[in-house]
Amino acid sequence: MSFRLSYLADPGNPWFSWQYVRDNSDTILAAVREHASLTGRAVVIAVLIALPLSVLAYWFRPLAGPILAVSGVVYTIPSLALFAFIAPYLGTGATTVLVGLVLYALLLIVRNVVAGLNQVPPEVREAAEGMGYGRWRRLFRIDLPLALPGIVTGVRLATVSTVALVTVGVLVGHGGLGQLIFAGFQNNLYKAEIMTAALLCVALAVVLDLLLILVARLVTPWSPRRAR
Amino acid sequence: MIVAANPIGQAITWINDPLNWTNPGGMLDRLGEHLTISALAVALGCLVAWPLGLWLGHLGRGGGLVVLISNATLAIPTLALLTILPVVFASGFGKTPVVVALAVFAVPPLLANAYTGVRQADPEARDAARGMGLSSAQLLRRVELPLAVPYLAAGFRTAAVQVIATAALASFVNGGGLGQIIRTGFGIGIAAGGGQIVAGGVLVAGLALLAEVVLGGVERLVTPKPLRRGRQRLGRPRAADATGSA
Repeated sequence: MSFRLSYLADPGNPWFSWQYVRDNSDTILAAVREHASLTGRAVVIAVLIALPLSVLAYWFRPLAGPILAVSGVVYTIPSLALFAFIAPYLGTGATTVLVGLVLYALLLIVRNVVAGLNQVPPEVREAAEGMGYGRWRRLFRIDLPLALPGIVTGVRLATVSTVALVTVGVLVGHGGLGQLIFAGFQNNLYKAEIMTAALLCVALAVVLDLLLILVARLVTPWSPRRAR
Repeated sequence: MIVAANPIGQAITWINDPLNWTNPGGMLDRLGEHLTISALAVALGCLVAWPLGLWLGHLGRGGGLVVLISNATLAIPTLALLTILPVVFASGFGKTPVVVALAVFAVPPLLANAYTGVRQADPEARDAARGMGLSSAQLLRRVELPLAVPYLAAGFRTAAVQVIATAALASFVNGGGLGQIIRTGFGIGIAAGGGQIVAGGVLVAGLALLAEVVLGGVERLVTPKPLRRGRQRLGRPRAADATGSA
């Protein structure tokens, strides 16, 4: 009898099992809920911080460089290291994960919103000024609506990458579906558990992305519909 | 809520203990593991992505494939791939599955930049080369490849930084690397291991930032002077950028 990793060939360890899904539906649902809620909160907070930052970078050009540079450096820091910096101060709670996720999502959103705002044609800007629009009214009536495609791209990228990133939260015990993946790994490579969680992770990213595309269509009814 | 008393002070103490450097499983060991895994993964990624990207670019086809690969890897959680591959390879927990998993994340930036690098070659240069009687293979080797070098370097930087960052997660699957220092710190508990956690974070982050700076310099060096400014920076294609975070 070979002892060497015999469980790998074991038919009792299938890639996918409805039995597992049925028996553990509560755990799985709880993990999905935590995953989705962490993603949602992180993206919403990141948008709320990123929009004012981007407008600052747009209005005051000298600020654009530093804002993008700082968020770029934060983005280069590996997620594990970022969580390691935050955890000793905030403890091993969901807050630690949330702060890390927000910091990462920030860069993606800021970069795309700034690009979107800079794409507003100068003629349009001048026309708005000529019509007597002030800075604020121009921002809300002209600049931001025209930058919506950039904003949407940023939010979509941030959402999809946040969904993947939540799993690293395993480090502090709040990794959503990552908890299941890691538990499956520790549980003698329980393939069904790893696979179910990984597939749900990808599915969550796809569903959220499609939702955002739908929202984008609703808020930009003037943009041309492409068959893609 | 448990928090560490003075994580930074503890971290300085931890880093200053010579034993933490030279012990088995100390910083030097982990650094060696980290660099080995990363280098192998990037090399494997280059081996797969560069020929494919250059070839597709040369043919001018497969742009959709390149985008698809970038987007698909964006949604896959690193942790999932790191845990699934040991099962696929049936080789247990050695370095191979970790290296392959990391190489998968190195492919999109390498591929996208190799493809773009060849595609952006001046069509007139290409026509001139054809007019001089260069064969298709000669055209790729003597004209398109040299013109693509800055892009290859940019892709290499993105991929390497990303792999070094992601290699920290190898510690979850007992793959070693600097991430192990952080994990051990969490194992001790935040109150006692806070310093070690922060120290590990500093090492991982420092290595990633160092790689970014050094490879950025290399990228500049291999970019011919007239191309250094005015060119849209393609070093970080958007999709690849997002995967870089894991």
